[in-house]
Parts: sequence; C-alpha cells; structure tokens
Amino acid sequence: MTKAFLSGNDAFAEGVRLARPQVISIYPITPQTTVVERLSEMVEDSSLASELIHVESEHSALSCAIGASAMGARTFTATSSQGLLYMAECLQYASGGRFPIVMMNANRSTALPWNIYGDQRDSLSQLDCGWIQVYVEDAQESLDMALQSYHIAENPLVSTPVMVNLDGFVLTHTYETVEIPSQTDADRFLPPFQTENKMSLDNPKNLAFSVGPDNNMEFKYIQHKAMLDSRRVIEETDAKFAEIFGRSYGGLTQDYRIDDADYILITLGSITGLCREVVDELRERGEKVGLLKLRFLRPFPSDDLVAALESAKAIGVLEKDISFGYEGTVYTNVNSVIAKNGLHLETYNFIAGLGGRDISRENIKEIFRHLQTGGQHVNFIGLGVSIDE
Amino acid sequence: MSNQITAKTITDSEFFYGHKACSGCGGSLAVRIALKVLGEGAISVLPAGCMSAVGFNYPHLCFSNNSIISTFAGTASMLTGVEAGARAVGIKNFKAVGLAGDGGTADIGIQALSGAIDRNDDILYICYDNEAYMNTGIQKSGLTPFGAKTTTTPSGENIHGNIRPKKNLFEIVAAHDIPYAATASIGNLKDFMNKIEKASKIKGTAYIHVVAPCPIGWGIPVNETIDIARKMMDCGLWYLAEYENGQFKLNKNPREFSSIKDYLLSQGRFKHLDDADIEILAAQRDAKWAAIRKNWNTTEEEL
Repeated sequence: MTKAFLSGNDAFAEGVRLARPQVISIYPITPQTTVVERLSEMVEDSSLASELIHVESEHSALSCAIGASAMGARTFTATSSQGLLYMAECLQYASGGRFPIVMMNANRSTALPWNIYGDQRDSLSQLDCGWIQVYVEDAQESLDMALQSYHIAENPLVSTPVMVNLDGFVLTHTYETVEIPSQTDADRFLPPFQTENKMSLDNPKNLAFSVGPDNNMEFKYIQHKAMLDSRRVIEETDAKFAEIFGRSYGGLTQDYRIDDADYILITLGSITGLCREVVDELRERGEKVGLLKLRFLRPFPSDDLVAALESAKAIGVLEKDISFGYEGTVYTNVNSVIAKNGLHLETYNFIAGLGGRDISRENIKEIFRHLQTGGQHVNFIGLGVSIDE
Repeated sequence: MSNQITAKTITDSEFFYGHKACSGCGGSLAVRIALKVLGEGAISVLPAGCMSAVGFNYPHLCFSNNSIISTFAGTASMLTGVEAGARAVGIKNFKAVGLAGDGGTADIGIQALSGAIDRNDDILYICYDNEAYMNTGIQKSGLTPFGAKTTTTPSGENIHGNIRPKKNLFEIVAAHDIPYAATASIGNLKDFMNKIEKASKIKGTAYIHVVAPCPIGWGIPVNETIDIARKMMDCGLWYLAEYENGQFKLNKNPREFSSIKDYLLSQGRFKHLDDADIEILAAQRDAKWAAIRKNWNTTEEEL
C-alpha cells in the first residue's frame, strides 16, 4: 500500500490498473479525458499490460468493449455526457448481452445549452439502460469502486455491466490523499475474469441473437433478476473488500447519524461530504437530522431505504437532475419505495447544481430548514428566475 | 496456380446453413462462401441486417463458427474488440471477419470502418453489396446506383429513381492506404474465394467489396442472381480490382463491353430508365474505365 495525492480521475485510473483489464477502448471527452491519459501513460511505462485501442467515437468505444468482452476479456472504457448519450445504443446492447464491462462516467451536463460542468442528468437519463449504476463521493471511493465494480459485474449471478459515476470537475479534478493498494492485495481481491458467456474455438457460439415474442420476456426477466440478485453480491463484495483493505462503504447505501433522526437528507455523489458537515453542525444545535447516501441507483436500494427512513418525519432528495415536466428522477424513485411500503412521512425534492452551479453550505442548511418547516415539494435551489408551483 | 481454391478444392464443410434467406439471395451466398474459405477459425461479426435477420433467431442459430451480431453502426468497432479480445485471452489461429451489407458499411458503419483501417487492426471486412437497404424493404443506400428505383427513390414523371451515383467505397477504403482491398462479385466465385484466401493472410486490415445481387430488390427472377452479377461486370458497371502496396491493379480488362441497356432493362429497378438516363450511366462508366486504364496497373495476372 502506498499513499498519493491524486485527482478523482487519477485515482480511478489507479483502480483500473489494479484490476488488470485486458482491453481498454479510449476516446477523450471533458472531464473524463485525464482517465484515458493516465491509462495511456501506464501502458507506456509498462505498469499496465492492456490492449489500448484508440477508437474514433464513444459508440465505437463501447461496441469495441462488447466485442472484447464477448471473447472473455476483461474490458474498460470511460466517457461523459454527450459521449454517454452517443453510446446509448451500446449501453443496452452490453447489458442485454450480459457483458460485464466496467465504465467510468464523469457526470456532466448535457447540451443544449452546451456546458462542460458537472450535473447528473447524463447518467440519470440512462437509468433504464440495464447497467448497475454507482455514484461515488471522493477519490478514495473512486479507486475502490473501480476494483469492486469488476468483482460485482463478473459474478456469474450478476454478469451485468457497471457504470461508476464521478461528479465532473468537483470530483474528477479535485486532488485528495488516496491509499493505493498493492497489486498483490488487488489480485487477492479480484481473480482473473472467467465466463461461459463468450466465444471460443473449442466451443463456438452465436452471441447477441434475436429473440421473438415467444421468449423475449423471459430473457428480459432473467436480466432483471440478475440485477436484483446483484444487491447481495454488492454487499458481499463490500465485505470482502473490507476484509482485505480495511475500508467498507456499507453496500448499496451509506448512512450518517440517522438512528434517531426525524429529518433525513438523501444524496448521491460528491455533495455528500458537505452535507455530512452540515449534519454535524445542526446536530450540535440539537437538531435531529441525518443523511443517507445512495451509492447505487440500479439496483435500487429499496430495502435499505425503508430501514433507514421508516422512523423519519420528513425526508429530502438532493439531486443534480430534473426530468423535464415532472421532478427529479431520484425523487420519483424514492417516493415509489415510500408509497409501496406505506411509510408516513413528508418528502421533498431539492434540484440543485445543474450545469455545475455551486451548492453552498447555506443552501444545505436551508434544505434542512425546509424539511422541518414544510413547504413546496419540488424546489429549485438558487434559481435566478421566478417560479410558480 | 496449384494453390488456387476452386469449386473442386473448396471444403465440403458448411458454416452458414439452415437460414431463412430468400430464394436466390446473393448476400447469403457471399457469406457462405467466405466462411467456407476462412474455416472454423473465423469469428464473424455481422451487423443488424439481412444475414442476422435470417440466421440469428433464437433458438434457431445458423452459424456453426463463432458469430455475433453487432449494432448497425458497429461492425468494424466490434470486430476490433473481438480481435483484441481473442488475442488478449490467448486464442491462436483465428480470423476476425466482418460481414456487412452496403448500408451497414458505406453509410451508418463508415466511421467505424474508417477508424479500424486507420488503426490497421488485424481484421478482414467483407461488404456484400446488394445496392440498397434490402432487409428493411429496398430503400436507397449510399451504394444504390444512379437511376435505381427503390421504395425511397421512386420513379415518376419528375425523377427517375435515385439521382446520385454509387459511392466509390473501394477507393475510399484504399485512400486510407489499407494493406489490402479488393472488389469482387458472386458472378466470379473463383476470383472471390481466392481474394478471401489472400486477404485472410494479410497482416493488418483487409477489405473486400463483393457485389451480391438481391432478386427481390433488383427485380429479377430468383434463378438469375449469378447471371445478373456477371452481366454487371460484362457491361462495365462493375470491375474486379485490387489495391495493394499503394497500387491499384485491374484483374480483368475486357476488350469490349456488352450492352449496358440490356443489363439495365433486364431488371425491374431500372425498367423506367429512358435513353437519356442510360446515356448518363454509359458516360459515367466510360469515364471511370478511362481513368482506370490510365492510372492503374492493367496487366492481368492470376491472384
């Protein structure tokens, strides 16, 4: 184990190196680009033995990764925003074909208007593409989830691709001290990729076929079931990771001071750290507030949410996303769990940080005040134009 | 000469059979022949299109070699991944081969194809050209010739079918300075088979553009697929050529052309053409051949 001062992207690249992918397809897009730059340097200095393929688009990046995965190779690619949308066809192709590719996505606003800064509309617009979606908070979690994601994706019960999301710039380009595990420990955690879902000369297969109405629903149900089963694998993976590396993230969600909390704020990604500080500050004043970080949005952590929220009076969902004409997508998902399980609590949505707008400590305090006093259900934080509900 | 593949020496093994292609399908013959030449080491990538539609319907799967469908735009990019993946997991004696139609190659797939050639990936890409989007029911592609009637280029009073000439994909591919590119036709299977054999031995990217008529789309009887492919070459609207070591080479240099009018008017898709339209096609043909004979190596040699 060594320590280094790394950006979120650099840390993720270190995690990828430790996972020993055999084929990496690379294509630049801000703010993901430094990931593929680091990986290229690693191949150059022989610290990474991967086939590095300079594809000509994101569609090809993922199409290439699917081809390599179909031969049984461990694969990696990375993208962001417009690139994620450009490869959208291949997202569903990879998940439907059950190819356990790991991809990093630097969360960035989507055009129009053009904007290179962070929000989560890119990945949340692809929530239904059949990929496991992880949202990480800091550089250490970035590195750790690069490794863990292969362990989850390649489990035969799961065999589903994983998209790891890092908030653009705020996380991808912020430097922190990171522990880099040794290759020996990484190898102990992550064995080489083995799968039956591949072509080989000994056992020729036809992959990525058509399935008509007679069998199609069964294929889709099996895919859904694998995603549901991945919840257990995610928890087992976190436990195994803790055993080897001494760090645990709690599985699908991570809670903070929720045991007796009346008011709980639900977050995802890098804003969680600041929210945790605000919770501490308000707790010192005697306010019964807590925090629940959603680490995975697919599979959706329904059981964790019920357990965490059942005693609360009001909860809020803070997200860098809007589903135009409705509300934040994460809020919709959370409300569904609350309704299905008959929880009696008020829920509020806080849409913030679109196009990279700063979310301040004061904004988060206001959000907690809103949870306690009540008010509008869907709220835009720091909006500069008038709003009518 | 003795190493040439012929109808007598080609393997009896079949790799693409039991499929649901239409009677007289030229594309399925091109795919069948290509896989017979390449053998069990072929790992084929086929985009969404006719061949995947007729041969890849679970649980009725028709390729006995390793095969995978790609996205429509992704033949070449998936081929790149298959080749790199196969090498990465230690597979030896394989050939990653793409088998895509004209729309999948010249239109939606051209970016990925260009990228693969640019990287000089060790793959073989075969475009079976039936001159329109046939799987969706005969729509114009970038390789539909001037004058052809398709469902999106109807012929009427004002416009006589497709108003643009066929894109010259062979030379577009060659312009990448690809190690090997060739044109072929199922009207000359011996030439096609031996070009596949030659291409399979190339280190780096190889490309073969094989004309493969579609009776439904061309408006011909199903037993005339091969005949019409031959007539297309005889009248000079297709030619057999190679690009290698930076040089273009013509494989067959006919002394005279058969009637272009007979070729065109024997097909439903060209029935509406008037003499002026046919003159345009004849002039395009003559200009092309003049350029070929001026600039290419025209010494006819065995492959």
